[in-house]
Amino acid sequence: MRPMSAIAWFKLASPASFFPLARRLVPWFGAAAAVLTAAGLWIGLIVAPTDAQQGDAYRIIFIHVPAAWMSMFIYVVMAFWCAVSLTFNTRLAAMLAQALAPTGAMFTFLALVTGALWGKPAWGTYWAWDARMTSELILLFLYFGYMALRNAIDDPRRADRASAVLALVGVVNVPIIYFSVKWWNTLHQGASVSLTSAPTMAVTMLTGMLVMAFAAWFYAIAITLLRVQAIIAEREKNTSWIGEMVPRTR
Amino acid sequence: MKQGGLVAFLAMGGYGFYVWTSYALAAIAVAVEIVAVRARLRAATKSVSGSERAMVLPDDTQ
Repeated sequence: MRPMSAIAWFKLASPASFFPLARRLVPWFGAAAAVLTAAGLWIGLIVAPTDAQQGDAYRIIFIHVPAAWMSMFIYVVMAFWCAVSLTFNTRLAAMLAQALAPTGAMFTFLALVTGALWGKPAWGTYWAWDARMTSELILLFLYFGYMALRNAIDDPRRADRASAVLALVGVVNVPIIYFSVKWWNTLHQGASVSLTSAPTMAVTMLTGMLVMAFAAWFYAIAITLLRVQAIIAEREKNTSWIGEMVPRTR
Repeated sequence: MKQGGLVAFLAMGGYGFYVWTSYALAAIAVAVEIVAVRARLRAATKSVSGSERAMVLPDDTQ
Protein backbone atom coordinates (compact mmCIF):
# COMPACT_ATOMS: atom_id res chain seq x y z
CA MET A 1 0.00 0.00 0.00
CA ARG A 2 1.34 3.39 -0.93
CA PRO A 3 1.00 6.10 1.70
CA MET A 4 -1.09 8.10 -0.79
CA SER A 5 -4.02 5.73 -0.54
CA ALA A 6 -3.96 5.82 3.25
CA ILE A 7 -4.16 9.60 3.14
CA ALA A 8 -7.07 9.48 0.69
CA TRP A 9 -9.04 7.19 3.00
CA PHE A 10 -8.63 9.44 6.00
CA LYS A 11 -9.65 12.44 3.92
CA LEU A 12 -12.79 10.59 2.82
CA ALA A 13 -13.50 9.72 6.45
CA SER A 14 -14.24 13.36 7.30
CA PRO A 15 -17.91 14.36 7.26
CA ALA A 16 -17.05 17.34 5.03
CA SER A 17 -15.84 15.17 2.15
CA PHE A 18 -18.30 12.32 2.74
CA PHE A 19 -21.39 14.57 2.59
CA PRO A 20 -21.13 15.41 -1.16
CA LEU A 21 -20.11 11.81 -1.96
CA ALA A 22 -23.20 10.43 -0.19
CA ARG A 23 -25.34 12.94 -2.04
CA ARG A 24 -24.01 11.73 -5.41
CA LEU A 25 -24.37 8.01 -4.59
CA VAL A 26 -27.98 7.98 -3.30
CA PRO A 27 -29.74 8.13 -6.74
CA TRP A 28 -27.66 5.23 -8.10
CA PHE A 29 -28.31 2.89 -5.18
CA GLY A 30 -31.95 3.99 -5.09
CA ALA A 31 -32.41 3.23 -8.80
CA ALA A 32 -30.73 -0.17 -8.43
CA ALA A 33 -33.05 -0.97 -5.52
CA ALA A 34 -36.14 0.02 -7.54
CA VAL A 35 -35.16 -2.08 -10.58
CA LEU A 36 -34.29 -5.11 -8.42
CA THR A 37 -37.54 -4.78 -6.44
CA ALA A 38 -39.59 -4.75 -9.67
CA ALA A 39 -37.71 -7.81 -10.99
CA GLY A 40 -37.96 -9.62 -7.64
CA LEU A 41 -41.71 -9.00 -7.33
CA TRP A 42 -42.25 -10.22 -10.88
CA ILE A 43 -40.29 -13.44 -10.24
CA GLY A 44 -41.78 -13.98 -6.78
CA LEU A 45 -45.44 -13.27 -7.50
CA ILE A 46 -45.82 -14.30 -11.16
CA VAL A 47 -43.00 -16.56 -12.39
CA ALA A 48 -42.42 -18.74 -9.32
CA PRO A 49 -44.82 -21.70 -9.16
CA THR A 50 -47.19 -22.48 -6.29
CA ASP A 51 -45.50 -24.60 -3.63
CA ALA A 52 -46.68 -28.21 -3.45
CA GLN A 53 -46.88 -28.23 0.36
CA GLN A 54 -47.62 -24.65 1.36
CA GLY A 55 -49.67 -23.38 -1.56
CA ASP A 56 -49.21 -19.65 -2.21
CA ALA A 57 -48.62 -18.78 1.46
CA TYR A 58 -44.91 -19.45 0.91
CA ARG A 59 -44.71 -16.27 -1.26
CA ILE A 60 -44.22 -14.35 2.01
CA ILE A 61 -40.66 -15.73 1.81
CA PHE A 62 -39.73 -13.04 -0.74
CA ILE A 63 -40.30 -10.36 1.93
CA HIS A 64 -39.55 -12.37 5.07
CA VAL A 65 -36.12 -13.83 4.30
CA PRO A 66 -34.55 -10.65 2.81
CA ALA A 67 -35.91 -8.64 5.78
CA ALA A 68 -34.54 -11.17 8.28
CA TRP A 69 -31.13 -11.27 6.57
CA MET A 70 -30.94 -7.46 6.51
CA SER A 71 -31.99 -7.21 10.16
CA MET A 72 -28.91 -9.23 11.17
CA PHE A 73 -26.53 -7.90 8.51
CA ILE A 74 -27.28 -4.23 9.29
CA TYR A 75 -26.68 -4.89 12.98
CA VAL A 76 -23.24 -6.38 12.25
CA VAL A 77 -22.33 -3.43 9.99
CA MET A 78 -23.60 -1.01 12.66
CA ALA A 79 -21.49 -2.75 15.32
CA PHE A 80 -18.48 -2.62 12.96
CA TRP A 81 -18.79 1.17 12.59
CA CYS A 82 -19.26 1.44 16.36
CA ALA A 83 -15.98 -0.47 16.85
CA VAL A 84 -14.25 1.83 14.34
CA SER A 85 -15.60 4.93 16.08
CA LEU A 86 -14.45 3.69 19.50
CA THR A 87 -11.00 2.65 18.22
CA PHE A 88 -10.10 5.58 15.97
CA ASN A 89 -12.44 8.17 17.50
CA THR A 90 -13.78 9.09 14.04
CA ARG A 91 -17.03 11.02 13.91
CA LEU A 92 -18.13 9.70 10.51
CA ALA A 93 -18.06 6.06 11.70
CA ALA A 94 -20.38 6.96 14.59
CA MET A 95 -22.63 8.89 12.22
CA LEU A 96 -22.89 5.87 9.89
CA ALA A 97 -23.81 3.62 12.82
CA GLN A 98 -26.42 6.18 13.87
CA ALA A 99 -27.79 6.25 10.30
CA LEU A 100 -28.05 2.44 10.05
CA ALA A 101 -30.03 1.80 13.26
CA PRO A 102 -33.55 2.92 12.19
CA THR A 103 -33.35 0.94 8.93
CA GLY A 104 -32.13 -2.12 10.82
CA ALA A 105 -35.04 -1.77 13.22
CA MET A 106 -37.45 -1.42 10.27
CA PHE A 107 -36.21 -4.67 8.70
CA THR A 108 -36.34 -6.46 12.07
CA PHE A 109 -39.95 -5.32 12.52
CA LEU A 110 -40.80 -6.58 9.01
CA ALA A 111 -39.08 -9.92 9.62
CA LEU A 112 -41.09 -10.41 12.82
CA VAL A 113 -44.46 -9.33 11.39
CA THR A 114 -44.16 -11.22 8.09
CA GLY A 115 -42.93 -14.22 10.09
CA ALA A 116 -46.09 -14.07 12.19
CA LEU A 117 -48.25 -13.74 9.06
CA TRP A 118 -46.51 -16.78 7.60
CA GLY A 119 -46.60 -18.72 10.86
CA LYS A 120 -50.38 -18.63 11.09
CA PRO A 121 -51.07 -20.55 7.84
CA ALA A 122 -47.92 -22.72 8.12
CA TRP A 123 -47.91 -23.67 11.82
CA GLY A 124 -51.34 -22.53 13.03
CA THR A 125 -49.97 -19.80 15.29
CA TYR A 126 -48.81 -16.20 14.84
CA TRP A 127 -46.21 -16.43 17.56
CA ALA A 128 -44.30 -18.95 19.64
CA TRP A 129 -41.54 -18.28 22.15
CA ASP A 130 -39.05 -20.40 20.27
CA ALA A 131 -35.35 -19.52 20.09
CA ARG A 132 -35.38 -18.02 16.58
CA MET A 133 -38.34 -15.73 17.18
CA THR A 134 -37.34 -14.72 20.71
CA SER A 135 -33.77 -13.84 19.69
CA GLU A 136 -35.08 -11.83 16.70
CA LEU A 137 -37.39 -9.94 19.08
CA ILE A 138 -34.36 -9.23 21.29
CA LEU A 139 -32.64 -7.82 18.18
CA LEU A 140 -35.52 -5.36 17.75
CA PHE A 141 -35.11 -4.29 21.40
CA LEU A 142 -31.35 -3.88 20.88
CA TYR A 143 -32.01 -1.48 17.99
CA PHE A 144 -34.56 0.41 20.11
CA GLY A 145 -32.15 0.49 23.06
CA TYR A 146 -29.33 1.81 20.87
CA MET A 147 -31.52 4.61 19.48
CA ALA A 148 -33.04 5.45 22.89
CA LEU A 149 -29.60 5.66 24.53
CA ARG A 150 -28.35 7.98 21.77
CA ASN A 151 -31.36 10.25 22.17
CA ALA A 152 -31.02 10.30 25.96
CA ILE A 153 -27.50 11.81 25.88
CA ASP A 154 -27.25 15.44 24.79
CA ASP A 155 -23.52 15.55 23.99
CA PRO A 156 -23.19 13.76 20.61
CA ARG A 157 -19.64 12.52 21.26
CA ARG A 158 -20.63 10.97 24.60
CA ALA A 159 -23.73 9.50 22.91
CA ASP A 160 -21.44 7.99 20.24
CA ARG A 161 -19.31 6.20 22.84
CA ALA A 162 -22.11 4.97 25.11
CA SER A 163 -24.29 3.68 22.27
CA ALA A 164 -21.28 2.07 20.58
CA VAL A 165 -20.59 0.01 23.71
CA LEU A 166 -24.25 -1.08 23.81
CA ALA A 167 -24.19 -2.04 20.11
CA LEU A 168 -20.98 -4.06 20.56
CA VAL A 169 -22.31 -5.95 23.58
CA GLY A 170 -25.51 -6.73 21.66
CA VAL A 171 -23.68 -8.20 18.68
CA VAL A 172 -23.45 -11.57 20.50
CA ASN A 173 -27.17 -11.91 19.78
CA VAL A 174 -26.63 -12.13 15.99
CA PRO A 175 -24.95 -15.58 15.92
CA ILE A 176 -27.56 -16.74 18.44
CA ILE A 177 -30.32 -15.77 15.97
CA TYR A 178 -28.51 -17.34 13.05
CA PHE A 179 -27.67 -20.67 14.70
CA SER A 180 -30.78 -20.88 16.90
CA VAL A 181 -32.46 -23.28 14.48
CA LYS A 182 -29.48 -25.64 14.84
CA TRP A 183 -28.77 -25.26 18.54
CA TRP A 184 -32.34 -25.64 19.73
CA ASN A 185 -35.29 -27.65 18.53
CA THR A 186 -37.30 -24.74 17.17
CA LEU A 187 -40.71 -24.44 15.57
CA HIS A 188 -38.96 -22.29 12.97
CA GLN A 189 -37.49 -24.32 10.11
CA GLY A 190 -33.76 -24.60 9.42
CA ALA A 191 -31.89 -22.57 6.81
CA SER A 192 -33.21 -22.96 3.25
CA VAL A 193 -29.97 -21.60 1.81
CA SER A 194 -26.49 -22.24 3.17
CA LEU A 195 -22.95 -22.08 1.89
CA THR A 196 -22.21 -25.69 2.70
CA SER A 197 -25.09 -27.54 1.06
CA ALA A 198 -27.36 -27.34 -1.96
CA PRO A 199 -30.46 -25.17 -1.53
CA THR A 200 -33.59 -27.09 -0.55
CA MET A 201 -35.83 -25.04 -2.81
CA ALA A 202 -36.75 -24.61 -6.48
CA VAL A 203 -34.47 -22.49 -8.65
CA THR A 204 -37.06 -19.78 -9.46
CA MET A 205 -37.97 -19.43 -5.78
CA LEU A 206 -34.30 -19.12 -4.86
CA THR A 207 -33.70 -16.59 -7.65
CA GLY A 208 -36.65 -14.45 -6.54
CA MET A 209 -35.45 -14.53 -2.94
CA LEU A 210 -31.89 -13.53 -3.87
CA VAL A 211 -33.08 -10.71 -6.18
CA MET A 212 -35.28 -9.36 -3.37
CA ALA A 213 -32.34 -9.68 -0.96
CA PHE A 214 -30.15 -7.57 -3.28
CA ALA A 215 -33.00 -5.06 -3.63
CA ALA A 216 -33.18 -4.79 0.17
CA TRP A 217 -29.42 -4.40 0.31
CA PHE A 218 -29.31 -1.54 -2.20
CA TYR A 219 -32.31 0.10 -0.53
CA ALA A 220 -30.55 -0.05 2.83
CA ILE A 221 -27.42 1.56 1.35
CA ALA A 222 -29.45 4.32 -0.36
CA ILE A 223 -31.57 5.21 2.68
CA THR A 224 -28.53 5.10 5.00
CA LEU A 225 -26.58 7.46 2.73
CA LEU A 226 -29.60 9.78 2.69
CA ARG A 227 -30.02 9.66 6.47
CA VAL A 228 -26.31 10.17 7.14
CA GLN A 229 -26.50 13.46 5.19
CA ALA A 230 -29.22 14.63 7.57
CA ILE A 231 -27.16 13.51 10.57
CA ILE A 232 -24.04 15.28 9.27
CA ALA A 233 -26.05 18.47 8.63
CA GLU A 234 -27.58 18.29 12.12
CA ARG A 235 -24.30 17.68 13.89
CA GLU A 236 -22.06 19.94 11.81
CA LYS A 237 -24.44 22.86 11.45
CA ASN A 238 -22.13 25.14 13.42
CA THR A 239 -19.21 24.63 11.05
CA SER A 240 -18.42 26.88 8.11
CA TRP A 241 -18.06 24.11 5.49
CA ILE A 242 -21.63 22.87 5.79
CA GLY A 243 -22.94 26.42 5.58
CA GLU A 244 -21.08 26.83 2.32
CA MET A 245 -22.12 23.47 0.95
CA VAL A 246 -25.83 23.44 1.64
CA PRO A 247 -27.06 26.58 -0.16
CA ARG A 248 -24.79 25.95 -3.12
CA THR A 249 -25.85 22.38 -3.84
CA ARG A 250 -29.49 22.75 -2.90
CA MET B 1 -50.09 -16.24 -13.60
CA LYS B 2 -51.97 -19.14 -15.12
CA GLN B 3 -55.68 -19.60 -15.79
CA GLY B 4 -58.04 -17.88 -13.35
CA GLY B 5 -56.80 -14.36 -13.99
CA LEU B 6 -56.70 -11.49 -11.54
CA VAL B 7 -59.22 -12.85 -9.02
CA ALA B 8 -57.28 -16.08 -8.57
CA PHE B 9 -54.04 -14.10 -8.37
CA LEU B 10 -55.40 -11.89 -5.59
CA ALA B 11 -56.88 -14.88 -3.74
CA MET B 12 -53.41 -16.53 -3.54
CA GLY B 13 -55.01 -19.95 -3.17
CA GLY B 14 -56.88 -18.82 -0.05
CA TYR B 15 -53.82 -17.23 1.59
CA GLY B 16 -54.46 -13.75 0.15
CA PHE B 17 -54.83 -12.08 3.57
CA TYR B 18 -51.45 -13.33 4.85
CA VAL B 19 -49.55 -12.74 1.61
CA TRP B 20 -50.94 -9.29 0.76
CA THR B 21 -50.74 -8.01 4.35
CA SER B 22 -47.03 -8.94 4.36
CA TYR B 23 -46.36 -7.17 1.06
CA ALA B 24 -48.46 -4.13 2.02
CA LEU B 25 -46.69 -3.71 5.38
CA ALA B 26 -43.30 -3.88 3.66
CA ALA B 27 -44.39 -1.27 1.09
CA ILE B 28 -45.80 1.02 3.80
CA ALA B 29 -42.69 0.68 5.99
CA VAL B 30 -40.37 1.57 3.11
CA ALA B 31 -42.57 4.48 1.95
CA VAL B 32 -42.82 5.93 5.48
CA GLU B 33 -39.05 5.65 5.95
CA ILE B 34 -38.29 7.43 2.65
CA VAL B 35 -40.71 10.29 3.44
CA ALA B 36 -39.39 10.63 7.01
CA VAL B 37 -35.71 10.66 6.03
CA ARG B 38 -36.32 13.20 3.24
CA ALA B 39 -38.17 15.47 5.68
CA ARG B 40 -35.35 15.12 8.22
CA LEU B 41 -32.73 16.04 5.60
CA ARG B 42 -34.79 19.02 4.46
CA ALA B 43 -35.18 20.26 8.04
CA ALA B 44 -31.48 19.73 8.78
CA THR B 45 -30.27 21.63 5.71
CA LYS B 46 -32.80 24.41 6.37
CA SER B 47 -31.48 24.92 9.88
CA VAL B 48 -27.95 25.13 8.47
CA SER B 49 -28.76 27.77 5.87
CA GLY B 50 -31.13 29.63 8.19
CA SER B 51 -30.49 32.34 10.76
CA GLU B 52 -27.93 30.33 12.75
CA ARG B 53 -25.46 30.38 9.90
CA ALA B 54 -25.06 34.14 9.86
CA MET B 55 -24.46 33.99 13.60
CA VAL B 56 -21.89 31.21 13.45
CA LEU B 57 -19.86 31.91 10.35
CA PRO B 58 -17.74 34.83 11.69
CA ASP B 59 -16.44 32.60 14.52
CA ASP B 60 -15.44 29.85 12.16
CA THR B 61 -13.44 31.91 9.74
CA GLN B 62 -10.54 32.32 12.15
